[in-house]
Amino acid sequence: MKNFLRFLSEIVQYPSAIVGVTIITLMIAIGVYAMVSIPYDEAVRLWRGGEDVWYQNPRNAAPSWFNYFTPKKLPETILITSFEEENPVLRKELAEKTILPREAGGDEIILTYTFEYDYDEFPKDLIIYFRSRYNEKLPFVAVRWYTPDEREIRVADMSIQARQTYRIVQDQRLVRRLRGLSPEIGLFADPESETPVPLKGTYKMVIEGLTFEQASNIDAEFVLHGQLHGWAGTDHLRRDLTVALLWGIPIALAFGLVASLGTGVATMIIAAIGVWFGGWVDDLIQRITEINLVLPFLSILIMVGTFYSRSIWVILGFTILLSIFTGAIKSYRAIFMQVRESTYIEAARAYGASDGRIIFRYLIPRIIPLLIPGLVIGIPAFVFLEAALAFLGLGDPVLPTWGKIINDAQFNGALYNGFYYWIVQPAVLLMLTGLAFSSLGFALDRIFNPRLRGM
Amino acid sequence: MTESTAVQSNEAASFAQKSASQTFNRLLKYTAVRLVTLFVTVVIGVYLTILIANMGGYVDQILKGEIRQGISTAVSMDPALRELSVEQRSEMIADRIRIEEERLGLNRPFAIRSLTYLWNALRLEFGRAMNMTSDSGSRLVKNIILERLPSTLVLFGLSNLALFFTSVFLALALSRHYGSFIDKAVVALSPTSAAPPWFYGIFLILIFAALLRWLPFGGMVAAPPPDNPFEYALSLMRHMILPASSLILSSIFLSIYNWRTFFLIYSSEDYVEMAKAKGLNSRDIERRYILRPTLPTIITSFALLLIGLWGGAIITETVFNWPGLGRTVFRAIGQYDTPVIVASTIIFAYLLAVTVFLLDFIYALVDPRVKVGGN
Repeated sequence: MKNFLRFLSEIVQYPSAIVGVTIITLMIAIGVYAMVSIPYDEAVRLWRGGEDVWYQNPRNAAPSWFNYFTPKKLPETILITSFEEENPVLRKELAEKTILPREAGGDEIILTYTFEYDYDEFPKDLIIYFRSRYNEKLPFVAVRWYTPDEREIRVADMSIQARQTYRIVQDQRLVRRLRGLSPEIGLFADPESETPVPLKGTYKMVIEGLTFEQASNIDAEFVLHGQLHGWAGTDHLRRDLTVALLWGIPIALAFGLVASLGTGVATMIIAAIGVWFGGWVDDLIQRITEINLVLPFLSILIMVGTFYSRSIWVILGFTILLSIFTGAIKSYRAIFMQVRESTYIEAARAYGASDGRIIFRYLIPRIIPLLIPGLVIGIPAFVFLEAALAFLGLGDPVLPTWGKIINDAQFNGALYNGFYYWIVQPAVLLMLTGLAFSSLGFALDRIFNPRLRGM
Repeated sequence: MTESTAVQSNEAASFAQKSASQTFNRLLKYTAVRLVTLFVTVVIGVYLTILIANMGGYVDQILKGEIRQGISTAVSMDPALRELSVEQRSEMIADRIRIEEERLGLNRPFAIRSLTYLWNALRLEFGRAMNMTSDSGSRLVKNIILERLPSTLVLFGLSNLALFFTSVFLALALSRHYGSFIDKAVVALSPTSAAPPWFYGIFLILIFAALLRWLPFGGMVAAPPPDNPFEYALSLMRHMILPASSLILSSIFLSIYNWRTFFLIYSSEDYVEMAKAKGLNSRDIERRYILRPTLPTIITSFALLLIGLWGGAIITETVFNWPGLGRTVFRAIGQYDTPVIVASTIIFAYLLAVTVFLLDFIYALVDPRVKVGGN
């Protein structure tokens, strides 16, 4: 306890260590939050989901915090629906729905979608997803658009099937009615202005539906794809990057910690065993270390990923296995050699302690302080290793990780096309993780390693 | 009296002779043992790589499946063969599959094949690649590798040499001005080396290629490559700026920090204090009392740096689209091309073994305390 307090009072003298600890604590907190709020199966489902899961999102939309930095306000996605979904991905607003029975049978159903549009740019896409129920006769809908200056625009009149998607932007007849303007511009443009500028204010879209049968029904979901979406933006498959950025935290931390801890502890135990038993055991360990130096580390991991399994846990296992017999084993060996000669080891021997007891109770605890800084400094290397493998296309096939985002982005030309957020966000998170652990590790190294003190 | 002196001098001579021959014997024995252990290490390491590159016969299955599918498709799509009956065609497919499997050696059991690979690799007989060809169209593994070697060497050689010498000399200067502002800045910046070069590469591409449009995104020369050698060199330099800076940037601070700490530990030795007390000038102290004892370490890390150039860097090359050895090996793995993987491994293994072997002797040369084969 006293030692721990002394350690604490020493570590607060290193600002870099405090920054590092703060970042790590924050990451752990966010990581735990991610795992609780999006359970593992849900994260995998979302990340592997296609158009059916993500249809409400625009493609390659920048994150919504862009609006804090740009003078022009870019539109965000607006979703209004007249029905509740089983497991909605996004929060939506509900449309007004009035049902008036008709004398001839069936109903008149009026759906009203009202929304504020206060942005300086036009949206990316406008889509209506209809759902209807009928037996034989298709329901009929008329879609009308009311601008803030109270113009009425006829969007479409059509019969709809049970599930029908109407992409407003691709409607050529509407383009003609808007005098050649593409609907996402024409429906929002200010008629007074020379250059197309969106008119700000309250827009209203009314869907007047007619059904011709008893118990027939019409519902519709209106989706306006903005140029910005969510906290982190979206990728080429409309997936919300927030999911991957959040889930990348626990995966990166787990991979880095387990790999570093596993490697460090195993190396230490093997070095201790070699030193204690000496003779052929020590020789064997030395030879294995030399052979391991010949093996191409990254190539082998790539082979495992290509031929065998891309599962992150298999790769983790091989990483640890290949990292045990490295130069570290030699430096631990040198330290254990000194410790072995200490009088307290001799005393332990004299009272008849077993080999196992001496190794685990007397030898190893002595060098744990030396081990800790190395462990912490080692973490970033493994975190980046995972990212590097993912970057080469060998990322885990089901899990969302930062490296996979960077890989997707690179593969889809994010830098050429100017989707910088796509690469920068995971990269900054990786960098923060790396910096946090390495600055903490460096500070620990100075505290535990007396030779470095004051240097 | 004279007799006894003669006897004495005779004895002394024979003793000197004996000790010289003892030293020689010891050296010989040490060299032999060392060479044998290193060779065995290389053999085991390379054989393990061959085994891994085959994944316990799994890769054979993949290759066989690919051959079967490729040939069946080729035969059924060939309009010239449409006249043949079904039996004739299936016979033809079986025939072609057999020939292709024989060409790749898949008809022999892997245990034997792996030993052939090993034996050929140890004699540096790399033979032909399975599927890869060099850009000039050669199937020889030697040509595939030699073609890419210069581009790897020019990028990684230049930047690593620059990195090494800059960091050693800056570290030496900093260890003299220990505690200065620059010194503190280097210490503070050393954690930035947690990120690998390819990672800095992405940021550099983002800033200098995508945003500012000053430098190319990647590649080694402009397309089409300029004919004029001077322009070619200029274009090469322009393409090298970003990858070289990312390599240097990612490790310069940690490297300076490590060397500086290393020099500081040596410059606090008693004999350095003694030299200072004697009033020697700081140049001499640096050269004779600090650099001299640290020379073995400097030489070791320089030698390891040189052999580390072999193989390039798979990921950095991928980020910058640099046509180096790393990407060749990566491509070879993707195409299950064992001969290329094995060739790259064995060359590295030999380079490492030779370096480790030579370092022992170099130590003995630069450090009088070290005796080759001594305890």
